[in-house]
Formats: sequence, C-alpha cells, structure tokens
Amino acid sequence: MTAIEAQGLGVGYGEEVVVAGIDLTVPAGGSLALVGTNGSGKSTLIRTLVGLVPTARGSLSVLGAAPGKSPARLAYLSQFHQSGYILPIRVVDVVRMSRYASLGLLARPGAEDQELVDWALEQMDVVDLRGEPMRNLSGGQRQRVYLAQVLAHRADFIVLDEPTAGLDAGGRERYLAAFAAELHRGAALVTATHDIGEAIEYDQVLLLARRVVALGPGAVVLTPDRLMETFGIVIRDRHEEHVGRFTIAERSHGSPQTIETRPPTE
Amino acid sequence: MEVLIDPFLDNAFMLRALVAGVLVAIACAVIGTFVVLRGLAFIGDALAHGVLPGIAAAILLGLPGMLGAAVGAVVMIGGVTLVTNRSRLSSDTAIGLLFVAMLALGVVIVSASGAFQGDLLAILFGQILGTSTEQLLVMAVATIFVVAVATIAARPFLLLSFDPEQADVSGFPSRRYHTLMMLLVALTVVVAFQTVGTLLVFGMLLAPAATGALLAHRISLMMAIGVIVGSLSTYLGLLASYWFDVAASATIVLVAVAIFFLALFVTNLRAPRQASGVTDPATGETVS
Repeated sequence: MTAIEAQGLGVGYGEEVVVAGIDLTVPAGGSLALVGTNGSGKSTLIRTLVGLVPTARGSLSVLGAAPGKSPARLAYLSQFHQSGYILPIRVVDVVRMSRYASLGLLARPGAEDQELVDWALEQMDVVDLRGEPMRNLSGGQRQRVYLAQVLAHRADFIVLDEPTAGLDAGGRERYLAAFAAELHRGAALVTATHDIGEAIEYDQVLLLARRVVALGPGAVVLTPDRLMETFGIVIRDRHEEHVGRFTIAERSHGSPQTIETRPPTE
Repeated sequence: MEVLIDPFLDNAFMLRALVAGVLVAIACAVIGTFVVLRGLAFIGDALAHGVLPGIAAAILLGLPGMLGAAVGAVVMIGGVTLVTNRSRLSSDTAIGLLFVAMLALGVVIVSASGAFQGDLLAILFGQILGTSTEQLLVMAVATIFVVAVATIAARPFLLLSFDPEQADVSGFPSRRYHTLMMLLVALTVVVAFQTVGTLLVFGMLLAPAATGALLAHRISLMMAIGVIVGSLSTYLGLLASYWFDVAASATIVLVAVAIFFLALFVTNLRAPRQASGVTDPATGETVS
C-alpha cells in the first residue's frame, strides 16, 4: 500500500498556504527526505501528513486513507515535546506509550508489546536508562528515548521531524542504523532534516523554500544551484577527500548567518 | 492516643467529616494530578470559584446547591471553549473573563436576595462538620466515578500530559479528552464544595498533587502521594479544628499547603537545585 499519495497538495494554516503544488508518491518501504531552512514548510508538510493540520489544498492520502486515520500504523517524532521536564515519567513509560495507538484504551499490553519496547530501548542504546526519570536526562539522551518510542511503534509509515537534533555522534550512528533497518523491514520513511549527507541516501529528496524547489533522487536534486535556491549560500568543498561535500550557510530572516557544516569524521 | 482518635470515635459528625474529606482527597488527587501536570491551575481556580452564581441561584430557587454548581461549571467550561475557539485570545484570557463574570454574577445574585449571608459563607468555606450521610453517599459515588473514568482514560490523559499532539497522532483526539478532563475537574469541584467550600477546593486540587509531583517519578505514585497528603491534611485539619476551635476546611487546606512546602524544603535539602531550564508549556511554538 502507498504511504503517501499527494496531488496538487497545498499545506498551511487556515487561509495561509505555506507550500503549494506538491505532487508526490511514496510507496510502501520508500523514503523521502525534506530539506529546507527553518520556516520553509517542512514541519507544516509533516504535520499535514500525520493529520495534525488539515489539508489546505489538493488531495492527500496517507496509508490509503485520509491523514490521521491510521494511528496504529503511523509513528511520528515531533520537533518539540511540550512536557519533558515537569512530567514525572520514566524512560520505559515514554517508550511504552508508543503501543497505545495499537492497544487503544483498555487492551492489556502483551508479551509482544514488552518485547518491542525492550528491543527499541536496545536499538537506541538506552537500556541502562530505562528506569530513569525523563527529567534527569540530557537533551541528547531524551532524543534517543523519543527515537526509541518511534521504533517501538513498529509502524508502516514513520515520520520524523529533525530526528538528529541534539544527538551526539554515537546517537546519530545508532539512529541511522536503526532507521535503515526499519526501511529494510518495509516501513516507509519521511524525514525532515538539515543533514544533506543523510538526505542524499533517501529514495527521494524534496527541497522546500516555501515552494517546491525540486523533487527527485538525491543525487539529481542535491546540486549546488538548487541548494543555493533553498538555503541562500553554498560553499563547495574542493578538498580532495571531501569531493561532493557542501557546506550550507543558512540565511535565517536575513539576520547573521548560521553555518552548518558536516562533522569532519564519520 | 485518645487525643488523636477519640474526637472521631465520640462524635459521629467528626467521623463523617473525616470520610468526606478523604473522599474529596481521593478525587482531588486523581484529577488534580493532571491539573498540575498540564498547567491547568487557572481553569481549576476559575471553575472552583465560577460555580458560585449557580449555587447562589439554586439556593434562591430552593434547588439543591450541587445542581446549581453543576450548571455553573458547564457554563464556565462552555464559555471558555467558546471564547478560545472563536477568538485569537489565549485561553487564560478567556478563563479570566469568564471567571470574573461568574464571580460578579454570584455576588449580584447574593446581594439581590439579601437574606443569606450565612449561606454565602457556607458556599465559600464549606460545612465539612455538617456533612450528612446522604451527602457522603453522593460524594462516594462521584469519587468512584472520577477514579473510574480517569482509569479508563489513563492512556489518553497520559499522552495529553506528555504532548497533546502525540495524543492526536495516537488516535486519541486531544480536544475530546481535554473536555473530558475538564468535566472531571468540574465534577470534583461540584462535589467537594459542600465540604471544603468553593474557595478551598482549589487548594485540595493543587497542594496534594503538587506535593506528589515533587516526590514521585511516576504518575501513579504521584496520585498515591496526593491521596495520602490530602487524607492526612483532612485528619490533621479536623483534629486541629476540634481541639483549637478553628475553621475546619481552612485548616485542612493550610495543612495541605504546609506539607507541600515541607516536601519542597526536604527535596531541596536532598538534591541541590539542578541548573536546568524549565520549558514553559504555554509556549509550545509551532515551527513550519
């Protein structure tokens, strides 16, 4: 079954359409990276896909139904978590929450649910933290727990909004391996990312700058010119070992530039 | 020992007051936990005081006060929802507007009737020592109802406290469960006002649950601590009011708040404050 089928899709809030004219198909097991600056429409598109924001224009079907109609089959990692600090909750409880969409109100969690939770904790290397209160964790540890929560969902369609935010090198490696395995299992994956090196691995890349700049395979789409259109400034790395690498300087609201570089070693 | 137990054994009204207080403590701890975790204190406060015109009108018309309180609570929740959905104003503005309007209406109704200042005092401060067996029965049913619904809706309530959007994406519509949560707060207030009064039910809603939040790392434990703190406050408050002849419900709430500060003091002694930024739940910004 197709994960996403969009035609003439416009996303936005109320009357304000942030990005219009998105034609997109992501098959089961397919992957799509969303690349763009802050405010480019990535999160709005993602929130439309998961059913949090109503479709503004055009047609959109997710997992063969209207967005938000298949909670048990869709896992979503949001960019912000509203609670985190005040909620008295342990790591393992956060990961267990991912099973609620399948269990509904009252069904008791079975052995399979418990196994998925344990497995997900292991994937993100947070088994030792399972009994820890969330509020005692660092930002990076917390992000690993949220990613474990997504993994334990065992979803057919996974939607991640900036999953590497706050992750250290080890966490990033764990994340890449775990979600590559999810793709291999047959799940479809949509990820909003600033990481060009990660995006290029996806089946399709959608470049956004409050409009569709380009859509296609990473190797075709991620050219310096298009990245220039998307981000403003691109520096090509001429160093022999780094051929094909770009450094992207984001222009956020015309103010001082924030420069994002790729980690020197991988 | 007699000093600690006899007042309750020798006086049926004291025993009834104790049972009433414990029932209120249970309902308040369960629903107050979510009020504290979700930062809903202001609407809790508004609900606790906004029921006043309903109660005053009911007494004027010779109807049960509880019925009037229920109507007042529903008007309050409906009004806040209406203003929040139909305007771009934040919910605390909506709550404040309704709160003030309801309180003012209550005072107008009371002043128009002229004759029941004593009733007004009873509404504001409760009559825990005058609790009847019949009232106890109603409170027991309401408390069981609140606990049962909170148990059934435990998963959506937890998701809602964690992140309302997570609740939506998981197939538990956040608006629906938020309304359910508000109705449970309202029911708790409606049932509790007769014992601790509208001014103080808010204290029972917050103080025990807040103490639980300081000490617990799990929501169920937080509720359990809330029940214990609320019940203990009821016992100590009633005892103090018996021996020192002070207002019972006010003393109960004072004890509950004192326990909170004691817990705060102890937890701060135990672990020096971590240098961690606290996220403001009000600024769950949306970034596209």
